[in-house]
Amino acid sequence: MNYQSLLIKYAEIGIKGKNRYLFEDALVKQIRFALKPIEGSFVVSKESGRIYANAEAPFELDDAVEALGRVFGISGICPMVQVDDLGFEALKDEVIRYLEQVYPKKDFTFKVNARRANKNYPMTSEEINCALGEAVLNAFPETKVDVHHPQVMLHVEIRSRINLYSQVIPGPGGMPVGTNGRAMLLLSGGIDSPVAGYMIAKRGVVIEAVYFHAPPYTSDRAKEKVVDLARLVARYAGPIKLHIVNFTDIQLYIYDQCPHEELTIIMRRYMMRIAEQIAQKEKCQALITGESIGQVASQTVQSLAATNEVCTMPVFRPVIGFDKQEIVDISEKIGTFETSIQPFEDCCTIFVAKHPVTKPNIHMIHRSEEKLAERIEEMVRTAVEGSEVVVCQ
Amino acid sequence: MEAYFDNSATTRVMDEVAEMMVKVMREDYGNPSARHRKGVDAEHYIKEARAQIAHTLRVQEKEIIFTSGGTESNNLALIGAAAANCRAGKHIISTRIEHASVYQPLAWLEGQGFSVTYLSVDKDGHVSLKELAEAIRPDTILVSVMYVNNEIGAVQPIEAISQVIRGKTPSALFHVDAIQAYGKYEIRPKKQGIDLLSVSGHKFHGPKGVGFLFVREGVKIKPILYGGGQQKDMRSGTENVPGIAGIGIAAKEIYQHFSENLSHILELKDYLTERLMELDGVVLNSKKGQESAPQIVSASFQGVRSEVLLHALEDKGIYISSGSACSSNHPAISGTLKAIGVKPELLDSTLRFSFGIWNTKEEIDYAAETLKELLPVLRRYRRG
Repeated sequence: MNYQSLLIKYAEIGIKGKNRYLFEDALVKQIRFALKPIEGSFVVSKESGRIYANAEAPFELDDAVEALGRVFGISGICPMVQVDDLGFEALKDEVIRYLEQVYPKKDFTFKVNARRANKNYPMTSEEINCALGEAVLNAFPETKVDVHHPQVMLHVEIRSRINLYSQVIPGPGGMPVGTNGRAMLLLSGGIDSPVAGYMIAKRGVVIEAVYFHAPPYTSDRAKEKVVDLARLVARYAGPIKLHIVNFTDIQLYIYDQCPHEELTIIMRRYMMRIAEQIAQKEKCQALITGESIGQVASQTVQSLAATNEVCTMPVFRPVIGFDKQEIVDISEKIGTFETSIQPFEDCCTIFVAKHPVTKPNIHMIHRSEEKLAERIEEMVRTAVEGSEVVVCQ
Repeated sequence: MEAYFDNSATTRVMDEVAEMMVKVMREDYGNPSARHRKGVDAEHYIKEARAQIAHTLRVQEKEIIFTSGGTESNNLALIGAAAANCRAGKHIISTRIEHASVYQPLAWLEGQGFSVTYLSVDKDGHVSLKELAEAIRPDTILVSVMYVNNEIGAVQPIEAISQVIRGKTPSALFHVDAIQAYGKYEIRPKKQGIDLLSVSGHKFHGPKGVGFLFVREGVKIKPILYGGGQQKDMRSGTENVPGIAGIGIAAKEIYQHFSENLSHILELKDYLTERLMELDGVVLNSKKGQESAPQIVSASFQGVRSEVLLHALEDKGIYISSGSACSSNHPAISGTLKAIGVKPELLDSTLRFSFGIWNTKEEIDYAAETLKELLPVLRRYRRG
């Protein structure tokens, strides 16, 4: 089928009242960005509460749908055929030809739904519905009309040209990125954190990320992997500013000063503190982690409470109640799984104790952290100031 | 200071090689199969390289087939020989310490109905001639043994292996993976009884993407690539003329200065071995001096993970590899180290230093001093 245009439907934006135009404009911007690399020279426009992407050159529907499938805020994509208005007889022929090509089997129930933006058209919408319905029944005797639950809802929009469409390909849903603030993702290189970033971005939040690098214990390839993951998430979330923090000295200092079983918890607390400081500098309003209750020792409820204590910003943990497999399923769907499972060590595991605490006593943690008083503030400042920024897109 | 000790992974090309390749790419870029002069000019480079390489092995020019490198040479030798000789039998012998580019084609052949016997090695990484003799059967069609092991530098008794094969099943072909040996040993296939010999260009300061397979006159193998019938049907595909010209120069150069190169590298090996032994908690896996390959020193560092040590050295401009570079992408622990009986706790603490012609004693001093500083620090911080 030779489609010339895409009608893009959106859901939640419709309920946003007076701010609606902000959401629509953000969506149009994201759609333009997503379609740019696709063949078809698309012109994206907003017209009376709908978004159209008109192709000025031939394009592959699959490629366009795949690209739009990564634009949050889209609830459905309708591939459209546009025909010139050459009279009603010609329109009937076009409708028949359209159904002929789109539906190889003709045993469906249908309904015609005509709309006239061009009110000068000689027939009313109702007349068009009836006349076209009849024409379809004559052309394909196996079809039936069902006005309540049609299998095929054939839309006929009479404008300066005439749009025909009947298919709705589901979009990713969510809200357009850029409409809901900014948050800092703690990106580790594992399976969970890219999924967490994706989920928050889906709600329209602009994502930045922080990665803790611990050379020589973690390799440059591990860092490359995180950059790759950020790029994959950026396909949905838009360009991600990735802050790479050298964490080695802090880790070794904790190792030297604190009980070994508490190392991971104390380390996590400093990661959160550093992430929050960078988040504040970058005008983010929240942190995001890929934590899930009970997955590892540092993610028991007690451990989560101990790490959460150091943050003043809200911490979003979108996969908190998910089983590992549920997270894996999403990571496979969004295409980060393959990269996440590349076997490079991340800095959380390099000095992990044989029996790390799973129910940290917050008073004991505080007492242990007092032993870091001499140098830690200076080290944190150095880590924050020395962080390297890579824009991933 | 920068010190590159990963020459068994790959080497920097010689300047002459790079210059020659640029000249071929920019000026003599013809297709060697073309009838016009540009084609004839290009073909000259191939003839020249073939002559240069044949001379280093004292074999005939027509016995050299150019390939895309060591992996293809090994694949062509094994799959080509098995396919051409499967009527005579379906039994193949190899060893437990081969490179993946031998091991994987053999695994594929096993799936095609061939059976493969893998010989074990002793603590020095040598195969036992007695075990080999026992393994050879009347239906053995091929024996494949690597000349120099890429992880520990163990050298196999090639001529003696050939004699054992000839004594039992003379029709069996003998393939030698000489990818780590070419340029470090004077290889004489005729005298050593080698039928097939694989070589890769980038291990001896030649270019990447080119290698060759020596196929003794009279030995039948089948091609693995089909197409335009270049190289007498044995390896279809337009010849990589710049690469071939480059490998020819590298081969000529490396053997023209063979004794100087060898004594220089041996001196480096002895010196590094000596400096490593001054350090605490270091176990040597390679043999000293000429008892193993001159360019490879394998050592285990107690209480340090090789990955961490590698990155710590990298930070100081010292490039080495953990285990073997080709398999370092996978954290799978080295098969060779296990095969020679390295203690389990040292398997993951092993580094391989490998020399090229440009390494210096100063670089070794720098590496030894750096290790002396790093090891105690790295040993202090550990998991568990």
